[in-house]
Amino acid sequence: MAYTDDDRARLGLRESATFDRATIAAIQRAAQTGIYDIRGWGAKRALPHFDDLLFLGASMSRYPLEGYREKCGTDVVLGTRNAKYPLHLQTPVTIAGMSFGALSGRAKEALGRGASEVGTSTTTGDGGMTPEERGQSKHLVYQYLPSRYGMNPDDLRKADAIEIVLGQGAKPGGGGMLLGQKISERVAGMRTLPQGIDQRSASRHPDWTGPDDLAIKIVELREITDWEKPIYVKVGATRTYYDVKLACHAGADVVVVDGMQGGTAATQDVFIEHVGIPTLAAIPQAVQALQELGLHREVQLIVSGGIRNGADVAKAMALGADAVAIGTAALIALGDNDPKWSAEYEALGSAAGFYDDFQDGKDPAGISTQDPELAARFDPIVGGRRLANFLRVLTMEAQTVARACGKAHLTHLEPEDLVAVSIEAAAMARVPLAGTSWIPGWNNGGTF
Amino acid sequence: MSTDVSTDVSADVADVTADVADVTADVAEVTAEATRYCLSQTPLREVNQALHAAGLEGEFIIDQPFGAHAVAVGVNAPVKITVNGHVGYYAAGMNQQAEIIIVGNAGTGVAENMMSGTVVVKGNASQSAGATAHGGLLVIEGDAAARCGISMKGVDIVVGGNIGHNSAFMAQAGRLVVRGGAGDGLGDSIYEARLYIRGAAASLGADCVAKEMRPEHHEELAGLLKSAGFEDDDPASYTRYGSARQLYHFHVDNTSAY
Repeated sequence: MAYTDDDRARLGLRESATFDRATIAAIQRAAQTGIYDIRGWGAKRALPHFDDLLFLGASMSRYPLEGYREKCGTDVVLGTRNAKYPLHLQTPVTIAGMSFGALSGRAKEALGRGASEVGTSTTTGDGGMTPEERGQSKHLVYQYLPSRYGMNPDDLRKADAIEIVLGQGAKPGGGGMLLGQKISERVAGMRTLPQGIDQRSASRHPDWTGPDDLAIKIVELREITDWEKPIYVKVGATRTYYDVKLACHAGADVVVVDGMQGGTAATQDVFIEHVGIPTLAAIPQAVQALQELGLHREVQLIVSGGIRNGADVAKAMALGADAVAIGTAALIALGDNDPKWSAEYEALGSAAGFYDDFQDGKDPAGISTQDPELAARFDPIVGGRRLANFLRVLTMEAQTVARACGKAHLTHLEPEDLVAVSIEAAAMARVPLAGTSWIPGWNNGGTF
Repeated sequence: MSTDVSTDVSADVADVTADVADVTADVAEVTAEATRYCLSQTPLREVNQALHAAGLEGEFIIDQPFGAHAVAVGVNAPVKITVNGHVGYYAAGMNQQAEIIIVGNAGTGVAENMMSGTVVVKGNASQSAGATAHGGLLVIEGDAAARCGISMKGVDIVVGGNIGHNSAFMAQAGRLVVRGGAGDGLGDSIYEARLYIRGAAASLGADCVAKEMRPEHHEELAGLLKSAGFEDDDPASYTRYGSARQLYHFHVDNTSAY
C-alpha cells in the first residue's frame, strides 16, 4: 500500500523542491523514450496572474452603479480602423483559434453555436474552415497561418475577419504540430497531407519575413477581400511593446496578444513552460505601445492566455484590453476534463482535471479527437449550450465588478480601478501594491 | 539520402535566361476588345475592384505597374490579364481561373496561394514564387529566387532558369519543373510534391532524395514542359526528386534531422 502524505511526513520523507516528483518523472520519461514531451494545455507553472490583482470597488470617493438595475454595456466593435464591415460583438469575450484537426468537427460546431448564441466570435485555427463551423458561427474569424493549410480565397471571402497569426502564447516562435493519430482522412484532405503522418507546421510565414513585408501582405489580403474585413494580427507575448507597435505600423485593425498561459493542442512541454511572458506582463506593454502611437481604442486589443472567469475579463479590460479570447476555458465549458470520464482518463495514465494529452487524439470527452467513436460522445448542441452559459456567466461577472466600480460599460474600466497583492504583479501590471502608491519599477518613470 | 550534388549550378544553365533579359521590350498582343488600365493614373484599388466584378469575362491590360504590389490579386474569373511591366509583391495572388501574364519581373510571392488558372512571368521572379499554391500553372520564364514553391499544395510550377535556396521547402503536393539548377536545401522536409530538375542541385534538404524517372514521370514531365512552352526539352535530361518519407513520423533516431 502506497504511503499517504501524512505517512511521508511522519517518516520525515522530504520532497526536493528542485527535483520534485513531476521533475523526476520527466527525467525518467525522457531517458526511456529519447524524445521531448509533447502535450496540450498551456503553462502549468505558477505565474503572476489576474488573481494577484484586486478591484477597488466604489464607496465614498466613487459612486457605484445599482447592481441589478443600471445598465452596464458589454458590446464591443472590432476592426474600426480600416475595414468596411467591423465586427460588432455583444460581449467582449471571444473564442480563440482552435483548429479542426486539433478538435473534432462537432467540437468546432459547438464553439460556433455557443459563441453565436451570445453574439460573439469564434476563430478557425490551423487547418482551414469547416462548413459546420462557418454554418454555426455568426461571427467567424479566419486564421491566416504560416502553414496556410486549407487556405483559399473562397473561405477568405466567407470570413467575417482575418487573423494573421505570427505566434501563440504557448509557443511564441514555434509552429504547430498535429501527430499522426489525429491526421484522419478528412483532416489530411483539408491540409493536403498524407493521412497519418506527424504534421509539423512552419513557424515562419512562407512569403513574408519582417514588418515591412507584413504591411504589403495586409494590403494584399485587403485587396483580395475588397477592404471589407477587419484584419487582426496575433502575437505570442514576448517583446510585446515592440511587436504591437510593428503590427500597428503594418496596418493591423486589431492586435491579439496571447500570454504564455494560453493553450495549445500539441507542443513541446519545454516550449510551453519556458518561452514567452505571462499575460499580466504583456497587457501594459501592449497598451503603452498603442497609446504612444495614438491608436489605443482605434486599433483594438484582444488579450488571451489564462482567462477563466469574469474577474479576469474585467481585469484585462481595466488594464486596457478591448476584448479577451478564451480557449482552454471554452474547452472545459464544453466538457473537457469532466469527472464523469474519470475512469477513462485514468486508463490513459491521466486523471480528470489533469488531462492534457490532446496530441494523442484519445480524449474520452470526444473533444480533442478525430476518432469517430469518441467524437460521437460529444453532443454539439449540448456543448454549445454549455459554452453559451459559460460566456454569459463571464459577461455577468465582469458587469458585476464594473458596476461596483461605477462603470456603465466594461470598456470604462481602467487601471486606476486596480491594485496588486504581490510586488511581482504590481510591477508587471503597473498598478500599485495594495495599500501603497508603489508601482515597482515605474514610479520613477520607467520606460522601455 | 542522395548527396550526389554539385555546387556549380549556374554553369549548367548560363544560357537559359539570356532570352528574357529585356522582357519589358516585348509588346503584348492586344485584341481590340481589351479593357485597358494604366496604374500610373488609375488607383490599384479601383483596378482590383473592377477585376472582382461578378460575371467578369474578356481581356484586360494593365500598363505602367511600376513595381506596384498586389496587382491583379483575388481574381476569380476566366479572363486574360496582361500586365505590361514589372510588378512588386504578391502579383496574381490567390488567382482562380484567370490567365495572367506579367511582361516583366515579379517581386516576392507571385501567384502565392493560387488555386487555378495560369500565371506567366516573362522575366524573373523574386523569392517565394508560387508559395502555398493549391492549383493552376505558374510559369517563370527566367529565374526564380529563394523558396520557390515553398509549401506548395498542388500547383504546377515551371521555371525556365534557376531557382534559389530552400525551394520546395515543405512542399506538400504538385510538380516543380526547373530547366536550370537549384540552390541549397532543395526540397527540405518535402512531403508528396514531385520535383524535376535539369541542372544540378547545390544540396538537398532533409528527407529529399533523387528518385528514379519511370515512364509515367517522363510522360508527366513532357506534359508540363509542353504546357509551359518548353516542349523541345528532353525529359530524360531531368532528375526527379521527392520525399524519402523517413521523417513523416517522429522517431528518436531521426532527431539529428529535425
